Amino acid sequence: MSGYLAVFVVVLIFVVIFQIAKASEYVSILKGEKKTRQQTNRVNGFLLIAFLVLGLIGVYLCHDSLQAKIITHAASEQGKGIDDMIKTTLIITGIVFVITQILLFWFAYKYQEKEGRQAFYFPHNNKLELIWTVIPAIALTILVAFGLRHWFRITSDAPKDAMVVEITGKQFNWLIRYPGKDGQLGRKDFKNINDANNPVGQDWDDQLNKDDYMATEMHLVVNKPVKLIIGSRDVIHDVGLSHFRLKMDAVPGIPTTLWFTPTTTTAQMREMTGNADFVYEISCDQMCGAGHYSMKANIVVETQAEYDAWAAKQVAQYAVAHPAPAAAPAAPAATTPAADSAHQEKVVAVNDAKH
Amino acid sequence: MSNEATLHSQEVIHGAHAHDHGHDDHEHHHEGGFISKYVFSLDHKTIAKQFLITGIIWAIIGAFFSVLFRLQLGFPDATFPWLESILGHWAKGGRITPEAYYALVTMHGTILVFFVLTAGLSGTFSNLLIPLQVGARDMASPLMNCMSYWAFFLASVVMMTSLFVQTGPASGGWTAYPPLSALGDASIGSKIGMDLWLISMALFVVSQLLGGLNYISTVLNMRTKGMTMTKMPLTIWSFFFTAVLGVLSFPVLLSGFILLLFDRHAGTSFYLSDLFVAGKALPNEGGSAILYQHLFWFLGHPEVYIIILPAMGMVSEILAVNSRKPIFGYLAMVGSMFAIVILAFLVWAHHMFVTGLNPFLGAFFVLLTLLIAVPSAIKVFNWLTTIWKGNLRFTPGMLFAIGFVSTFISGGLTGIWLGNSSIDIHLHDTYFVIAHFHIVMGVSAFFGTFAGVYHWFPKMFGRYLNSTLAYIHFWITLIGAYLIFWPMHYEGMAGMPRRYYDYSSWESFKQFTDLNHFISIVVIVVFAAQLLFVLNFFYSIFKGRKVTTTNPWGATTLEWTTPINPGHGNWIGEIPEVYRWPYDYSKNGKDFVPQTVPLSPDEEKEGH
Repeated sequence: MSGYLAVFVVVLIFVVIFQIAKASEYVSILKGEKKTRQQTNRVNGFLLIAFLVLGLIGVYLCHDSLQAKIITHAASEQGKGIDDMIKTTLIITGIVFVITQILLFWFAYKYQEKEGRQAFYFPHNNKLELIWTVIPAIALTILVAFGLRHWFRITSDAPKDAMVVEITGKQFNWLIRYPGKDGQLGRKDFKNINDANNPVGQDWDDQLNKDDYMATEMHLVVNKPVKLIIGSRDVIHDVGLSHFRLKMDAVPGIPTTLWFTPTTTTAQMREMTGNADFVYEISCDQMCGAGHYSMKANIVVETQAEYDAWAAKQVAQYAVAHPAPAAAPAAPAATTPAADSAHQEKVVAVNDAKH
Repeated sequence: MSNEATLHSQEVIHGAHAHDHGHDDHEHHHEGGFISKYVFSLDHKTIAKQFLITGIIWAIIGAFFSVLFRLQLGFPDATFPWLESILGHWAKGGRITPEAYYALVTMHGTILVFFVLTAGLSGTFSNLLIPLQVGARDMASPLMNCMSYWAFFLASVVMMTSLFVQTGPASGGWTAYPPLSALGDASIGSKIGMDLWLISMALFVVSQLLGGLNYISTVLNMRTKGMTMTKMPLTIWSFFFTAVLGVLSFPVLLSGFILLLFDRHAGTSFYLSDLFVAGKALPNEGGSAILYQHLFWFLGHPEVYIIILPAMGMVSEILAVNSRKPIFGYLAMVGSMFAIVILAFLVWAHHMFVTGLNPFLGAFFVLLTLLIAVPSAIKVFNWLTTIWKGNLRFTPGMLFAIGFVSTFISGGLTGIWLGNSSIDIHLHDTYFVIAHFHIVMGVSAFFGTFAGVYHWFPKMFGRYLNSTLAYIHFWITLIGAYLIFWPMHYEGMAGMPRRYYDYSSWESFKQFTDLNHFISIVVIVVFAAQLLFVLNFFYSIFKGRKVTTTNPWGATTLEWTTPINPGHGNWIGEIPEVYRWPYDYSKNGKDFVPQTVPLSPDEEKEGH
């Protein structure tokens, strides 16, 4: 009922506006074309300048109220570079924005039609045109130079001592694999994938795989570079790291990499933002299907000691896939209490449930 | 000569009609007359109106889809029972399902980018203005022109059909990246809906090529006596460049789509490799999902210029007419459009900075992308100088042209952010991108279209649109567009990803709930204002104030030398000859001098 009422009210408003508009057309015919034009010109000229003033105030107010909602602290070294880049670009484009918008609306207001004034015949001026070709070109060259410096820094090879973490996208969650003690990831093949106990398709014949473990959260060490090896099992996903200011696509069949150095622990961020629930989230930033919006994994940035303690508790996926007690699986599994084993199985189970 | 040929063929057609009239019964002829006059018309003006009205219908649908998904974004917890009545199981319990949400988003993009801002914008105005402004009886090939529209119509029918199939329309985004778009098991929208989408788009490309080749040959061959290339209005230059862009890039898109069809149905692996979907490993190996993106964006980037160039051309013309001043820097305007056309082909990979693209290659695309800002800046400064010291008449067309310049500046500047790969790596696929391209190519292109509609409506229908409604339409749209898209930059800076159905479970993005709420309300208001325009449009076709003079805006160009309601063939008698460029406003104390007026002895001395 209220729905019909709403529709009725909207239609009514339309009819009223329409009738007024029609009436005003008759009035304008009565008044004469010229007089009407002068009047509407004055009204619109005023509105244009009012729009400029209120618009610029609005831009300021918008900035004021939304700025705090962006977490302004970039949590990685690379992210700081990107934030600097954004600031430089903001200053340059901001100046151009304010000047050109002021000129546009000010000119429109100032040069509105007046009785007896004639427009200035000014078809071209090479000097002016040269100026506004060269100045933007210089400004853009500066931006390109700064941008590329950051770009090459970000896309350079990861430092040798960087820790390696593999992250694989699938509809609709992330599979995170650590290389384990040997620091090297084992081979994998999509044909080995088995959602029960081998979600990324590890090749169990590869010795390097024996200590690789899967995790539901990505644990990283503060101030230690990390190199992500990014892949996908099904469609294109994207590892979105908004707080670190980075992202990289996960493309099936074509592994990509991304390295960065987290500079702020999760605990520090909680303190800084005053939000006890703060958590680094990996968002999927490439449309990947109906569950795209829910494709999330968390990152914990912690100290080396915390990280070591966490890593020690992880169970190799090999052990999960080969529960036979007699075999001699990788070292951590041998010393792992039953509880952790259960935890690890829960890891895979969780993944399955999401799938 | 070509003009004479067209004219001659017209006479033949008319002769044939007369013949029919003599022999067939009256009823039959009348129907045939209606069909050849309004349906399968060869008259470029009628075809232009067909494109425009089809475009308007699509725009209403596409915009309505955005209202629906904005309801979800703005009111994620609310239920709207009426949604279930119109969408059925796609909105069970009054809340749009994720599948439906993604279908709406995808269709919104496809419809607006291709069907409205490509076909509706350049289809309408290239058809209407090229023959009228270069002084031709019709297009080089009126038949091809008619086929162009009907191919578009067929594309529309197929796309519309896809909305009603059981599994729904395509839902992998308007870019339709494989493997998502290739595998029906990966997404419900990639089943039959995707096939229909691809077929529709293939027909659309056919329509664009037929239209584009025609525009190019008309501009090159059919200009009236004296109309050298440098005497053409900037509108014609912009339509010409647009057609060149389309003809060179749409085939590449089509090839990409055909390969995708093969991957879907013929078991090929152009885009597919190493996939494990729906519980089993697929046999496809060796393909590259990134290949599709190269093919797509090779059109996809020129496409944004295909959308914006006609708007730029029309805005240049309308600013000059209503400032009563020549466009400033005519040659620079042409040159900058030419530069944009060349660069448009060399920047596509800036959509792919985060795909794992070779960073060295990426660096070139950064350079070339930011280079495009130079011709864009020239255009903006030239527009500003055009209105400087003018005598401005704020007709509705003029206001929309001013609005265009404003939004083009706002949206263009954020392009400088995104074109720089080191910033893009953070902002890619966030709301910042949505804000950027909606302002610069969505809102701006619409402003250009509206400016064109308000300005040339008298030529199309011999009547005016109601100005009061036009002013209301303009102010709500301008203010609303900024209110909707400006705050989205902030969401993007926080990294908020686009194409999310719900943000409430995200610690990083849920702080924007109130803002999304606000944006959605503004969207509804702005949508209502567009309906007001639609009402004005259709009402005024039949009941608008009549145009009483052939040249209501006091413009110099040739279309205003035709009768108020020109018939097929445009001019009665000879096509007028052109002696001067189209921007002689306020020269030597005269308000304006039409292109058809010969140069005075003084002017000849100046060396025109």
